[in-house]
Formats: sequence, structure tokens, C-alpha cells
Amino acid sequence: MSMPFYVSPEQMMEDRADYARKGIARGRALIATCYKRGVLIVAENPSNTLHKVSEIYDRIAFAGVGKYNEFDQLRIAGVRHADLKGYSFSRDDVDARSLANQYAQMLGHIFTHEMKPMEVEILVAEVDHEDEISRNQMFHILYDGTVKDENSFAVLGGESDAILERFEILYKSNMTLKKSLTSCIDALSGGERKISPNDLEVAELSIQNGRRAFRRITGTELEDLIN
Amino acid sequence: MLPQFQTENDPGPDFVSLIKKYGIEPLSINNPIENLPHGTTCVAIKFSDGVVLAGDRRATSGHHISHKAIDKVFQSDSHSGVAISGAAGPAIEMVKLFQLQLEHYEKVEGKSLSLEGKANQLGTMIRQNLPAAMQGMVVIPLFAGFDIREKEGRIFQYDVTGGRYEEKGFATTGSGSLHATTVIKLGYKSDLNSSQATELAANAIFEASEEDSATGGPDLIRDVFPTISLITKSGYEALAHADVSSIFNEIISSRISRNETSR
Repeated sequence: MSMPFYVSPEQMMEDRADYARKGIARGRALIATCYKRGVLIVAENPSNTLHKVSEIYDRIAFAGVGKYNEFDQLRIAGVRHADLKGYSFSRDDVDARSLANQYAQMLGHIFTHEMKPMEVEILVAEVDHEDEISRNQMFHILYDGTVKDENSFAVLGGESDAILERFEILYKSNMTLKKSLTSCIDALSGGERKISPNDLEVAELSIQNGRRAFRRITGTELEDLIN
Repeated sequence: MLPQFQTENDPGPDFVSLIKKYGIEPLSINNPIENLPHGTTCVAIKFSDGVVLAGDRRATSGHHISHKAIDKVFQSDSHSGVAISGAAGPAIEMVKLFQLQLEHYEKVEGKSLSLEGKANQLGTMIRQNLPAAMQGMVVIPLFAGFDIREKEGRIFQYDVTGGRYEEKGFATTGSGSLHATTVIKLGYKSDLNSSQATELAANAIFEASEEDSATGGPDLIRDVFPTISLITKSGYEALAHADVSSIFNEIISSRISRNETSR
């Protein structure tokens, strides 16, 4: 009769975390940053249809890296949560903080209880404004449910440490859309390679877009901003 | 908890089945309720670049005027709108659900429904309201939008069972619709421009309000005017209060001068 080997809890968690991290590191990175009009999210994504960045609610956006089907499942759960909450109460009652906590709970549960952890890292961003000043919130949630409240920018995905280092130097508060976008691209590419607009997925959250703050920046608009 | 479902009972992009899984049964009033506020006349007219939707602002409960400034014309998404007549409560709830359904679908699927798909969706909702309709709480909306694929405005009318009928030029609904239809018929051409169509719609509502007690006309005392919205390639746009007010003031002064000359 075979005896199960004893594995210490530390070892088990370590293994799971390694597994998740490896999965995430395989994917391309994305940067979310505050800029003059709200939040800008720039992802390296060769696909035009399988999005990494999406709309959740009026002022809330979602971004994910790692395994597509896993973060897409989280995205849909988020849309459902937000729409249900807005329908039962009011549109103003839907907020990023509560959604981020729900995500953290779910990811934490899966990390400890399920066969395999989710190989994802996600971001929930929200724009809000008081008078003229926009107030942004960004929650960066890891595969094990750890939530980080980011103040001005966040980097998710493979090589995130190197990209973060580069972006820290480039980042300034209140940058214009164009400046902010080129800084993101420079940090993602590291100056060594050129990322074509076709391999970028760019979206902004801005209160200037009206009730639904989320807007994709694509096509000629994106090309004009880059050049 | 975040909503999560097994593959076999996942509601997909359908918001109504999602809320049903949470025990919320929308549009399910099964007992007759007397004297519920009712809304009336709405019109939709096609023009060269799109569609105009207009509705009066009155709600009545029997002979009593229960609201003098309700809205019956709603934006349902970027390129479509709904105008409602019938029992105000269920109608407004239906519009709210319809708006959410379109947005929910768009977010979950990453693209909007086709105009045809939206029209069918609304038909399904009206059919779901049939038990309530049998008790007197009839909701009959008009649906209009700009079809981005066909590059033209389109209008859909419904019956109480959810039957969907596409109209070529114009459609009306509500108790004042007979009068409104006549006015539109007399002034309608297939190549109206946006201002001609807007004027025709305003005239239709105005005449309906003259002949039908449940339809409200321009209310100069409270500065409340019928709602007029345009839907074109560039999207849904509700006309500003000042524009609507000047259209109706013109109609009123033309009627006054007509009466003066005939005196």
C-alpha cells in the first residue's frame, strides 16, 4: 500500500505559488497608469479580439494577464456582480473596492482549496471625480488573493519587475494621453524592440467619456498618438 | 460572493436569466391593479439620416392626471431608443431591464447586439409581460434605432404578445395614436430631413394632445414640453429643452394666428 508523503504546508503553498507565477510570467505584460484625464491601460496583446482590458461598469475597468480563459472567467463574474448590484441598488453603489475584495476572496479560496491555483494577475481600476480633480483607484490582485492598492501605476505580467523599474523613471503625475502612452510603450519594450500598434491593446477610463468612462483607443487614433 | 455558475446552467450574456437565478422575477405582476398610471402617445418617424422618436409627458390614472412630466422616450443604448405607452410602472421597469440587457450583453460578449437582435430581445420582454397585460397592465413600446450594418434608421412596433412588426416609414403607439398617425400620414415623405421629421413628430404629438385627454401637450405654465430624440449614425441625441420649446412655441403661435385670421 502506498503511503502519501508528508508535504509541509509551507512547501505546498510555495509549490502552488511557483506554478502560478510561472504561468503568469509566460504572458506579456501590461501597464495601468494614472494620467491627466483618468486611467490609461496599455497591454501588449497581438490579438484584436481576445481582450486583456475590458469594461466592467460605468467607471470601472478590468485588466488581466496570464491564462486567458481564467481571467476572462473572472471578468465575466465581475460584470455580472456589478450589473446585479447596480440593478438591485443604484448605479452609484457599484464600486471597485468591493469588487476587488470579492475577487481577492475568490482567488484566495481557489489558491488554497482547488487542485490548481489560477494563473492570473488582475487589476480593477476606477475613476471618480470631485470638482475638476479626478480621483483614481487601482487594485492589483495576485493569484493567491493578495490585494495591493496602487497609487499611481501598476505593472502586471511577465518581466513586471524590470518594466516597473523602467516605468518608475518615466512616470510623472498629470501626463497627457500621448506622453503617458509613449512612456508605457517605452517601459514595455525597454527601448530594445519596437512594438507595433497592432500588438497593443490600449484603453482609457476617463470621466470625460460620459456615464460609461471606458473607451478603447484603436486604429488611426492609436497610430496618431504613437507617432 | 461573485456570481459563478456551472457550465450547464451558465446564463451567458442574458441579464434577465441572470437575475432569475438570484430569485428576482422581473415583469411578474399577476394580480389586477386598478387605476395604475398610464402613459400615452409616442411616435417614431424615419428620415434620410435616421429616426426621430417623440413622446408626450402625461401619465393618467383613469380621469386623473397623475404625472405631468414623466419621460416616455428613453435611450436604450448608443444607437437605439425606446418609447413607451401603457402602464407606466411595468413599462419603466421593462425599459430599465432592456437597457441593462443590452449593456450587459455588450460587456460580456465584447460587442453589441445587432439592431434586429435588440428588437427581438424587446419582443421577448413584452411576451414575458403577457400575464400582467391580461390583467390590464399592457405595455406597448416602440423601438427605433440606427442600424449600423444596414446604414439606415429602422422602426419596430409590437403587439401585446411580443409580436414584432417593422415599419417602413413611421409608427405610433398609445391612446392618441389615431390622431398622431393622421398628422404624420399627411406630412410624411420618404426623404424628410431631420428638421422636417422633428417638426412633423412635434405636430403629431401636439394634435394628439388636442384631441386625446390622456395625452399631454406643451405645458407653458411649468415649462414642460414633449420629449424629442434623434438617432443617427453618430448616435442617440435627446434634443435640448430650448430647441424643443422653440419648436412647440412656433406651433402654438401658428395656431393662434390661424384662429385670429379666421375670426
